[in-house]
Amino acid sequence: MLLSATHLAKRFPNGVAALDDLSFSLTTGDFVSLLGPSGCGKSTALRLIAGLLAPDRGNVTYENGKPDIGFVFQEPTLMPWGDALANARLPLDLKKMPRAEADVAARAALARVGLAGFETAMPRELSGGMKMRVSIARALAAKPKILLLDEPFAALDEITRASLNEDLLRLWREHRERSKQKNESLTILFVTHSVAESCYLSERVLVLSPRPGRLTADIALPKQAERAPGFRLSPQFLDCQRAVSQALERAA
Amino acid sequence: MKKIAEYALPFLLALLLLALWEAIVHIRQIRPYILPAPSAIAWALYANWGSLSAAMASTLLITLKGFLGALLTAILLAILFSQSRLAEKALYPYAVVLQVTPVVAIAPLILIWVGFERIDMALALIAGIIAFFPILASAVQGLKSADFNLLDLARLYGATRWQTLRRIQLPAALPGLLTGMKTGAVIALIGEVTAEFAAGSGTATGLAWRIAEAGNRLEIATLFAAVALLALTGVLLFVLLSLLEWALLRRWHESAISREF
Repeated sequence: MLLSATHLAKRFPNGVAALDDLSFSLTTGDFVSLLGPSGCGKSTALRLIAGLLAPDRGNVTYENGKPDIGFVFQEPTLMPWGDALANARLPLDLKKMPRAEADVAARAALARVGLAGFETAMPRELSGGMKMRVSIARALAAKPKILLLDEPFAALDEITRASLNEDLLRLWREHRERSKQKNESLTILFVTHSVAESCYLSERVLVLSPRPGRLTADIALPKQAERAPGFRLSPQFLDCQRAVSQALERAA
Repeated sequence: MKKIAEYALPFLLALLLLALWEAIVHIRQIRPYILPAPSAIAWALYANWGSLSAAMASTLLITLKGFLGALLTAILLAILFSQSRLAEKALYPYAVVLQVTPVVAIAPLILIWVGFERIDMALALIAGIIAFFPILASAVQGLKSADFNLLDLARLYGATRWQTLRRIQLPAALPGLLTGMKTGAVIALIGEVTAEFAAGSGTATGLAWRIAEAGNRLEIATLFAAVALLALTGVLLFVLLSLLEWALLRRWHESAISREF
């Protein structure tokens, strides 16, 4: 068990109850989707877990103290005044890592998301998909144990989205491979409102009800390792989507 | 070719208008103490170049002193406001009052308090007071305009206030601040000129004083020459700050980037 969220509730000052009694836990190395309709408190849940918000009730506990967390927002949220390298390096700069060392780590992170050679590109020179890659590189640069993603690909076109899905899966698998030797596993919690995306990426889908969000289903999907090539076009994928869609309908 | 034409156009227009002006003055035989011809103004500029250029240097220097003082104070105060809402609530109204009070009204007071023996400091102070508010307002606005998600990231990585300020809030404030600085510099010049007029007889050594003096002596051509130099001073300040803006923003901000497509 990496983290446990127990009875999380959050009401905003304007009276909107975003979350009502959300409990779940994550195991090290999980790739879990948090799925629900718009405005059901998914983003709030993610911010509570990151510690960016304090819950009204309930708490988030970590097995071995709060680990390093990477966060990817719905928008790329880059610093427009910094090039790709400076943006990817931000977490390391904030942690006061020496510049040379930070540059190496940030370069490596950019290379991992397929942006080697774009270190000096300014955000305005990059496409939407590339900006999102920089954003992911920034989240990975500090070598987090948990990666929280808040509908990161929702604003992208279908083709870009598919390619970023592949890359995210690849990154997660690379971590899994390496974690057999070193403790470098990466746990991903992925917020989305797309059934297909949640089924394609994750091995477990948490379904939230409309606002105020509460957990209505916890669906285990086939492990990535057990999925055949061409999973996206397979009947197995359709089965997954059917199960998740039905859970989503029951929740509403 | 098109570029050259674009730059040459304002100059050609100026030449045309000056020629027209020159012609009208000669044809209608307008007396030089009503409206001197451009050639007479040019001659006055040449003949009085020593005193006029010294006056221009004095005006420019005092304006810059006032402006830089205002810039420093405004940025420090804006940073204080960004760190403490209480300070902003307590102090911001005074900044507004300072701004809405016409500077002409307080100029005599400041001249008396600072003293005519330190006239340059008094003038710089008045120029600074009038330049202060637009810079403060834009700096405060700019520091508040940092992306909330970037601020959240800073929190997530345990950034100190200083790190957040330096890495996120100050760069985010830069475009707005530079706009405020351009406005501030130009009205600092207005403040300086106003202050020189308020200071009156013989203590000030800037262009405004030369204008008042030339007016009293009915040396209208010299007056025109001084006004032209004053306009040039304003343009100089504006161009200087526009260059600074371009240098700082050209790599990232929409305002400084020319569209290539």
